[in-house]
Amino acid sequence: MSPSDFLIIPFDDWVNFLVRDWLVPNFRPIFRAMQVPISMVLKGLDDFFAFVPMVVTTLVFALLAFKYAGRGMVIFTILGFAFIDMIGLWPETMTTLSMILTSVLFCTIIGVPVGILAARSDLTWKIARPVLDIMQTIPSFVYLVPIVMLFGVGMAPGIIATIIFALSPIIRLTNLGIRNVRTDLIEASTAFGSTPMQMLFELQLPLAMRTILAGLNQTLMLALSMVVITALIGAGGLGLTVNTGLGRLDVGGATAGGVGIIILAIVLDRITQGLGEQKKVETTSLRQTLISLFKPGAPAPAHAGKAA
Amino acid sequence: MTSKISVKNVFKIFGDKPGHALDMLKSGQSKNDIFEATGQTIGVQNAAFDVKEGQIFVVMGLSGSGKSTLVRMLNGLIRPTSGEILIDGDDIASCSPAKLREIRRQKIAMVFQHFALFPHRTIAENAAYGLKVKGVSSDERRERALLALEQVGLSSWADSLPADLSGGMQQRVGLARALATDPHVLLMDEPFGALDPLIRKEMQEELLVLQRTLKKTIVFITHDLNEALMLGDRIAIMKDGEIVQVGSAQDIVSQPANDYVAAFVADIDRGRVFTAATVAIEPSTLQLADDTAGDAVRTMEEENRSAVYVLDGEDIAGVVTYQQAAAADRDSGTSDVPIADVLITDFPTADRDTQLADLYAPASSGLPIAMTDADNRLIGVIEPEAVFAQLSADPATPDTEPQVEADQRELAPTA
Repeated sequence: MSPSDFLIIPFDDWVNFLVRDWLVPNFRPIFRAMQVPISMVLKGLDDFFAFVPMVVTTLVFALLAFKYAGRGMVIFTILGFAFIDMIGLWPETMTTLSMILTSVLFCTIIGVPVGILAARSDLTWKIARPVLDIMQTIPSFVYLVPIVMLFGVGMAPGIIATIIFALSPIIRLTNLGIRNVRTDLIEASTAFGSTPMQMLFELQLPLAMRTILAGLNQTLMLALSMVVITALIGAGGLGLTVNTGLGRLDVGGATAGGVGIIILAIVLDRITQGLGEQKKVETTSLRQTLISLFKPGAPAPAHAGKAA
Repeated sequence: MTSKISVKNVFKIFGDKPGHALDMLKSGQSKNDIFEATGQTIGVQNAAFDVKEGQIFVVMGLSGSGKSTLVRMLNGLIRPTSGEILIDGDDIASCSPAKLREIRRQKIAMVFQHFALFPHRTIAENAAYGLKVKGVSSDERRERALLALEQVGLSSWADSLPADLSGGMQQRVGLARALATDPHVLLMDEPFGALDPLIRKEMQEELLVLQRTLKKTIVFITHDLNEALMLGDRIAIMKDGEIVQVGSAQDIVSQPANDYVAAFVADIDRGRVFTAATVAIEPSTLQLADDTAGDAVRTMEEENRSAVYVLDGEDIAGVVTYQQAAAADRDSGTSDVPIADVLITDFPTADRDTQLADLYAPASSGLPIAMTDADNRLIGVIEPEAVFAQLSADPATPDTEPQVEADQRELAPTA
């Protein structure tokens, strides 16, 4: 004896009705229109990375690694990118990179304002929280189906799926960062007559920046894992290489794609992590060091010690 | 002097249903009963006081007494449940957010216990924050911020970050930030509470020096009675959200309103609270040209004094003691020994505001101390016994009637 003896709920039929018979016929144009800005950004980035020579791109990443992640990362970036190029996966890697950057860009555009709203009103946060939980925990394969029905197949739907999957951390951490700004600072800012906007830009965003950047790093990592899966609904890049390898039981091809993803992941992770930590440690800038080297009598770059 | 801040019947109840609790409170039920019945916490009850322009008004109380809540209601960081808070006639308790912002920008600045400096901004940017919010141009902002930093002696640190400064210096920046907007009213919420004792003392003295030129209206919160007595022109003592006594330092020490206040003031150094003016008496004097040693003896005998001051016109010529005058009178056998012969010209002096603690040494010489005004004219005499009597007075005898209304009395100088 079980509850199903008394009542069978046709849940799948309900969802079918909702998506297939109501959402798709009524809202498809809207969903199609949503893809336009995404496709534009993606195409721009993709063309850009296809146009810029591999050496230049590698150099730029090596410089970023030098600024934010240290010398070891510079070497890793150069060797890793060279390896990707030599195993013949450079174009695919650049496609994946454009997809990730596009997803992260849209996640930031949506996530930061939503996070700010959530930090400002408990009601917004109460509504947003379960939605974020669902977005993060629902298996990615599950919502690939409605996405295909609503948006079709291809790159842009893949990125939309990625945005949905990766949006959660940046909202959460923006919310957290702003809520964690010390209350006495908020009080001080209020006591001097700040408007809510002044408080946001003068105080809350700058102080929450580290946390927000940590969220950006998390979002980026989630986006990276998702763009591979979106190859299933027709997105390209390294995911496609892995997917093709999987379909043909081509161990070598799938592994090559996987290694490419790992190298890209490490480089992007370290650079964005360094971005967040930058604010904490005050180091002497390269420019200052050079000035003090070539200009005798210039003040030493070391910043003033703690006063008694 | 007019009232800059006027607080009338202000209540603050924390909780989601303050209405019922307010009714209970007004019908005379206690804080604990109300909390048990309604779950609402009483922050401040029935606070009423006036602060005059240019005054330092100190609110003293232990933690949980509602003093921080009270000061936050003065600039609208916390809105009162009921009552009026007038600053220059504008009601902070009921005005619109835009109006409140305007008042905060123009009139009130605040200094915080834990400094509340913005860690991502330089000292100069911190000091300029109020001006930036007001929309002052960046050049003028920096100039005025540097001026304010100069007042607190920190202009050379303008481009450092708050983390590079010690606690005392950080609080100076907090003060500079508050002064930079040139506010009328300065709210200071236990500003020196987080500093160590030596720095605290130094800051207190510096605040008094600054106040001499700035003449701001200051509401100063503290849990330290000695700090309250040192800084306050008037002092309010709070307990459980209620103001139990308002008055000058001397009022509070000499006439504590109840046992609670009495217990507080029992241990304080009375020598630092009372001034020469509180123990001085109307002098009877002799004239150098007209009076003789015999006149001096008679005067002292009539008034039961051991010494009397002699004036030369309006100026003090010196002091004559009974012993010397009587001896000279006896030895000469005549009754017209000139008073100048027995005059002691090395006499102790004090002014109206000299603390009794500084009168120990002069008082122990045995001569009465001359209290003089700015032109060195005699305005009172302090008998040595009076100094010691005032210092040893038993403070633990509260008046039977509460002194809450004592604040209505004008703070007239006593002499």
